[in-house]
Amino acid sequence: MNTHIPPVDFGRRMLVLRRRRIAVRLQWRSVVVCAVLAVVIAGAAVLALMTGSYALGPGQVLAALTGRETGIVHDIVVEWRLPRVAAALMFGAALGVSGAVFQSLLRNPLADPGIVGFSQGSYTGALIVILVVNGSYAQLVGGALLGGMVTAVAVYVLAYRRGVQGFRLIIVGIGVSAMLGSLNTWLILKADLDQAMSAAAWGVGSLNGVSWNQVAIGGACIAGLLLLAGVLGRPMRQLELGDDAAASQGVRVSPARLGLILVGVALTATVTAASGPIAFISLVAPQIGRRLTRTAGITLAPAAFVGALLCLVSDYLAQHIAPTPLPVGIITVILGGGYLGYLLFTEARRRL
Amino acid sequence: MPRPRRRLLGLLVVLVVLAVLLMLSVMIGSTAIAPSVVWDALFHSSADTDQFAIRDFRLPRTVVGLVVGAALGLSGALIQALTRNPLADPGVLGVHAGASFAVTVAVGLLGVRDVQGYMWFAFAGALIVTLLVLAFGSTRQGSSPVVMVLAGVCVGAVLGGFREALQLTDPDAFDAMRNWNAGSIAGRPLEVVWPVLPFFAVALVLAFVVSGPLNALALGDELAVAQGVRLVRTRVLAVIALTLLAGGATAIAGPIGFVGLMVPHVARWIVGPDQRWIFAYSALLAPSLLLVSDILGRVVTRPGEIPVGIVTAFVGAPVLVALVRRKKSSGL
Repeated sequence: MNTHIPPVDFGRRMLVLRRRRIAVRLQWRSVVVCAVLAVVIAGAAVLALMTGSYALGPGQVLAALTGRETGIVHDIVVEWRLPRVAAALMFGAALGVSGAVFQSLLRNPLADPGIVGFSQGSYTGALIVILVVNGSYAQLVGGALLGGMVTAVAVYVLAYRRGVQGFRLIIVGIGVSAMLGSLNTWLILKADLDQAMSAAAWGVGSLNGVSWNQVAIGGACIAGLLLLAGVLGRPMRQLELGDDAAASQGVRVSPARLGLILVGVALTATVTAASGPIAFISLVAPQIGRRLTRTAGITLAPAAFVGALLCLVSDYLAQHIAPTPLPVGIITVILGGGYLGYLLFTEARRRL
Repeated sequence: MPRPRRRLLGLLVVLVVLAVLLMLSVMIGSTAIAPSVVWDALFHSSADTDQFAIRDFRLPRTVVGLVVGAALGLSGALIQALTRNPLADPGVLGVHAGASFAVTVAVGLLGVRDVQGYMWFAFAGALIVTLLVLAFGSTRQGSSPVVMVLAGVCVGAVLGGFREALQLTDPDAFDAMRNWNAGSIAGRPLEVVWPVLPFFAVALVLAFVVSGPLNALALGDELAVAQGVRLVRTRVLAVIALTLLAGGATAIAGPIGFVGLMVPHVARWIVGPDQRWIFAYSALLAPSLLLVSDILGRVVTRPGEIPVGIVTAFVGAPVLVALVRRKKSSGL
C-alpha cells in the first residue's frame, strides 16, 4: 500500500508591500506583467510622438519631453501630439477598468458598458446638445455625462426586482440601448447633413482635435475615479462568488455593487463625453489582462494597462493606416470584433 | 368554446383588424382623406390630387407595410421556435444588422442600385449572421438565451461599426443610407417589393412545412428524434426560411427591430404553444403592429414623420424589459 502524496502547492508567489498600518498584497506575476506593459506603452507613446507629417527622431522626442528642445519641435511634440497620446492612454485605462468592473459584477465576459446601453445614453445626451441646443463644449460634456448617468439609473431601476441579477441587467440594458439607439438615429435624421456628419463622427469615437484643456479636465476626473475604483474594487473577488457567498464573507453586497456600478458608469461617461463612445476596449482589455496575468478573476490594474495600450495602438493605426485619418472607434470596433469571435468560441462555451 | 373554433374565430378577428388598419393607413396622413375618395382612387381613377397621393404614396406604403410586417412577424416566430429562446428576435440577434451591412457594402462600395441586386447581399448577410449566432449561442449543455442574445448584440455592434466606417468615408452614401438605416416603409416604390415577393412565398411554404416538426423540437432534441423528426433537415429549412424573410424585409425597408420579438409572444398568449397557429397569427398580427406604428409615426409629429423602425423600437424595448421582469421567464 503505497499512498501517493501529491506535491504541496504553496499557491502563487505574492509580493506584500507594508507601510505602517496599510498592507497591499500583490501577485508577482501581475506586477511583472504590468511593468512589462508599462515599458511597451512608453515605447508605443514615443513612436506615436515621432510619426506624423513632420517625422521626428526618438532623441528629439525625448529632448522635447524633458524640456531641452524649443521652437517647432517642442510645439509639435508637446502642444500637438502629446495631448492626443495622453488622451488615448487615459481614456484607454478608464475604459479598461470600467469594463473590468462590469464583467466582474455581472460575472460575464461579454458584459460591456457599451453593450448595456450607457454609451448610447451618453451619445443621446451629447446629440441633444449638438443638434437641439447647439451648445458649447462644456455643455456637450455635461449632456453626455448626464445622459450616461440617467441611462445607468434607468437600467438599474428597471432591472431591480428584489436585487439585481446580471442576466436581467444585461437584457434590460440591451432593450434600453436599442430604444436610445433609435432615438439617436431619429435625431441624426432630423438634422441637416453637415451637423449629422459631425455628430456621427463624434458617435464613432474620435480623438481628433483633443486639446490640453480637455485632457486636463478629463484626466483629473479619470484619475480620481481610478483611485476610487481601486478602493471600491476590493470586494470584487467575493462578489464573483455569488451574492450569498459574498454576504457570508462579510461583504455588504448592495452598497458594494452600487458603488462599483457608479464608478464604472462614471468612467465610461467621462470618456464618452470627451471623445465619443470608443467601442470594445472595455470588452477586450479585461479579458486580455486576465489571460496575461493568469488570475482567477478579473483584476483592475492589468485591465487598465492593456486598455491604455490598446487605445494608443488603435489611435496610431487610425491616424496612419488610411490616407485620411479615421476615428479611433472604427479601429477598436474592428480589433474588438476579431477578438470577440475568438472569445465567444472559446470562453462563452465553457464558462456559461 | 372549444379551442379550435376559438382559434379560427380569433383569426377572423385579426383579419378584420388588419383590414381596418389597411384602410386607416391609406386614409391618415399629412392630409386626411375620406373613405369614399379612397374607394374612388382604387376603382374609379381620376386626376384628383388626393387620388394621386393615394395611388403614388399611401397605397405603396401600405402594401410595403403589409408585406414587410408579415415577413418580420413570421421570421420572429421562426427564430424563437428554432432557438427555443423567448428573447430571440432577428433585430436583437443581429440578423438585420448583417443584412443591412451587406446592403451598405453593395450600395456604397459596389454601386449596386436596384433591389434585384442588393437583395442577394441582404440574404447572404442575414444567413451568415444567423449561422454565427446559432453557433455561438449553443453550448454543450444546450443553448443559453443570454449567451445567444449577447452574441447577437455583439455581432450586430461590430457590423454596425463597419457600416458606420463605410458611411463616414463616403458622405453621399451616408446621406442616401441614413433614411434606409432607420427602417422605414415610406417612399419605397412597389417595384422594390415585387422582386422579393417570390422569395417570401417560398419562405412561407417552408415555414409551414417545418412548423409541425418545430412543435416536436420544443420537447428537446432527443424526444423530437423519437417522434420521427429529422433534426438537420428541419433546422436547415427553418434557417433558409428565416434568412429569406429577415433578409428580404431588410432589403425592402431597412432594419426594423422588435416586431419579430413582440408579435410571437402575443400570438402565444392567444393560441398557446402550437407553432402552426403561432406562425399563422404572427404573420397576420405583425403587419397590424407595423401599420399601427407607422400611423403613429405619421400622427405624432405632424406634419413631420418618424420612421416606423424608430416607433417599433420605442414600443418594443419596453416589451423586452417586461419579458425579463416577469416572475417566471417564459419557456417555449
